[in-house]
Amino acid sequence: MAAITHTGHDSRAINSMGLWLFIASEFALFSAFIFARYYLTGRDQPEELNIGLGYAITVVLLSSSVCAYLAEQAIARGDRRRFLRFTLAAIVLGTLFLVGVGLEWREAAHSFPPPDLYGTVFFSLTGLHASHMVTGLLALLFIWVQGRRGRFDAEAHWGVTGVVRYWHFVDLVWLIVFPTLYLV
Amino acid sequence: MAATALIARTRDWAFGPILRGLLTGLVGFSLGAGFTAGVRALAGADAIAFGPVIFGGYWFGLAGWLLGVGVWRTWAREWLGMPVDWTMRNGWQRYFDFTTDHKVIGVQYLVTFLGMFFLAGLLAMLMRIEHLTGGQVLFSPSQYNYVMSLHGITMIFVAVAAVIGGFGNYAVPIMIGAADMAYPRLNALSYWLAAPVPVLLLATFFAGGFDAGWTSYPPLAVENRDGQILFNLAFITLGLSSIAGSINFIVTVTKLRARGLSFGRLPIFVWGVFAMSLLGFFFTQYVAAAMMMTLLDRLFGMVFFDAAGGGDPLLYQHIFWFYSHPAVYIMGIPGLALALEVITHFSRKPLFAYRWVVGGILAITALSAVVWAHHMFTAGLSDIELFFFVTTTELISIPTGLIFLGALGTIWGGRLWLRTPMLFALAVIFNFLIGGLTGIFLADVFTDIHLQDTFFVVAHFHYTIVGAGIFGLFAGIYYWFPKITGRSYSEFWAKLHFWWMFLGFNMTFLPMFWLGLNGMNRRVASYPSDLEALNVVASLGGFFLGAGFLVFLANIVVSWVRGPAASANPWRARTLEWHTSSPPPVENFESEPEVVGHPYDYGTPGAVHAMLAGAEEEGG
Repeated sequence: MAAITHTGHDSRAINSMGLWLFIASEFALFSAFIFARYYLTGRDQPEELNIGLGYAITVVLLSSSVCAYLAEQAIARGDRRRFLRFTLAAIVLGTLFLVGVGLEWREAAHSFPPPDLYGTVFFSLTGLHASHMVTGLLALLFIWVQGRRGRFDAEAHWGVTGVVRYWHFVDLVWLIVFPTLYLV
Repeated sequence: MAATALIARTRDWAFGPILRGLLTGLVGFSLGAGFTAGVRALAGADAIAFGPVIFGGYWFGLAGWLLGVGVWRTWAREWLGMPVDWTMRNGWQRYFDFTTDHKVIGVQYLVTFLGMFFLAGLLAMLMRIEHLTGGQVLFSPSQYNYVMSLHGITMIFVAVAAVIGGFGNYAVPIMIGAADMAYPRLNALSYWLAAPVPVLLLATFFAGGFDAGWTSYPPLAVENRDGQILFNLAFITLGLSSIAGSINFIVTVTKLRARGLSFGRLPIFVWGVFAMSLLGFFFTQYVAAAMMMTLLDRLFGMVFFDAAGGGDPLLYQHIFWFYSHPAVYIMGIPGLALALEVITHFSRKPLFAYRWVVGGILAITALSAVVWAHHMFTAGLSDIELFFFVTTTELISIPTGLIFLGALGTIWGGRLWLRTPMLFALAVIFNFLIGGLTGIFLADVFTDIHLQDTFFVVAHFHYTIVGAGIFGLFAGIYYWFPKITGRSYSEFWAKLHFWWMFLGFNMTFLPMFWLGLNGMNRRVASYPSDLEALNVVASLGGFFLGAGFLVFLANIVVSWVRGPAASANPWRARTLEWHTSSPPPVENFESEPEVVGHPYDYGTPGAVHAMLAGAEEEGG
């Protein structure tokens, strides 16, 4: 969302505000699907859910977010090596999370496939979240490749900040989706 | 970020960007459709089922179209570390470009959505022919429902996007003294994302049409003909465009105002667009969610809205109206704000109770989030829900009253200058009064149960959305025509168009209140023959109304080509867009504007709204 530079305006503040609005807007989208889950299935929940695996991938995703944070801190100090290493770690952990979701899907497709009602909300909500994960992973991959080619430094790293913020957002959404699907 | 390298396009065909977009769009569609068919074949399903293949192909096709039409050239190359090309062409060719100039984008929106407006208007003529008698004239009931649905959704899109997309883009950056929008490339993306929408709507014809109305409730929308899929894709696509545009307006108005332009000095039209963007960027996601869930039910075997599978069709109505009620303000308020803008300038008086009017707009913005279920009074809500939504809905009349107060207080004792923009603005107030008063009967459960899904509702929302939104659009067209084109329109033909449209509009829709009271249902091809007389009046009014737009088109086309040159400020108005030449240069101002006073201090000696650095103040 980089803008053509406006003289006299802080383009980083402009980009940052746009990203916050975009994130708020995405929250609205998720809230509709989360609302649908409670509206349709109340507090019902199938016993076949693999809650252990759910906790495991949640921990993996949280670690990925921490790595992304450390990567951003590193580039803000101008430490490119550390930035690249932690970005890569965030990508690997994020991919691991998606593999976990895949395993969960295989079990769910066996025990409550749509047209089952819980399958409907489970697959649509995790699917919506996974599609945002894929977007975020591509973005992380993009800043990693760009960083390897020498882009971003201590002064100019809005690209990193933006992608990492989006990654935290996807993470935060999971922290709402996970209890919604597994714990309530 | 390192300074972006630039390359310059040396030569291009007039329709080069569009042709490249179509080509890459086709490639993307084939890839997506082929991929989907392949996956289905591997999974052992029917490989070339229409719905999934179109759905899979569409998203890749849309991405291909956007890349080809300009995203690759101006944007995506930068992500890969390659130089980008921001050159814009001059002359008429710039209107067919992925251009970042907000003024060009505004005109692109206006022309595109006026085209859709006339198309949907022709569909309305067909519906009025069908209703000349109670029996069958042109269409079978199912054909009628297709024409009605296509008219409805096309007009909804026009109402959502014409004023905000057109004049929001054209006027808002100039009125706040900015060189462009906050994200010029995202702005171009918003327009070119909206451009495939009319194509999708027309393509429904080849997919068997759709007949669920613009609200497309399940279960019908899950079970009807495949044109419905294209409808849902079109709604999601326009939604994406709307969200991008709304974010752009919010950031532009927040961050790019000229020095001295506080929120308390913001022109009222800018307030209208800003407030409605606050609704658009958030609530539009809900209609996207509703459309997605319908597609998931339809194409992927899910059961969100399938009562037999444990789902609930009411869920759709809740999510849909959670967006679509705020959306009716997105359709109405910009037109109303534009009318206030015009009324102030043409009454030569300050906008009466400016702060209260702004408060009214913001209160409507806030209240619009808690009134959605008044569209569902007959759907089976509990008594406590009915009570809540009647109360909140009635509350809306208070801020609406404030906006009316502002308009009437400004007109009161003003030196009214009855040129065409002012006539349209006054008509907005007149029409919206009728629309607003009849809305009271629909906001109350007792009367609504009788009136629900009758022509009374049709008449009511045409008085509010056409009466305010579309009349506001035409007020804006005449008001800013000299600014946009640098030429003057013919006042005689413009006034003729006004009276023609005003009389035709009232002749068409006023009888519909009586038709509805007498029990004529909406969305039906035939009706009891004792309602024929009023239907004939409405039909004749409709044909008359439609014919009047020929006057408009002739006037606009002739004036744009060979009208007399317009001065920088033909209306002697004070807001910033009149401080620059007609048409304004690229990036709007020769020097940096500074705002030093309120925009509407007419009649105060020596009052100044804005000055350009180094330029002589013209007064006003």
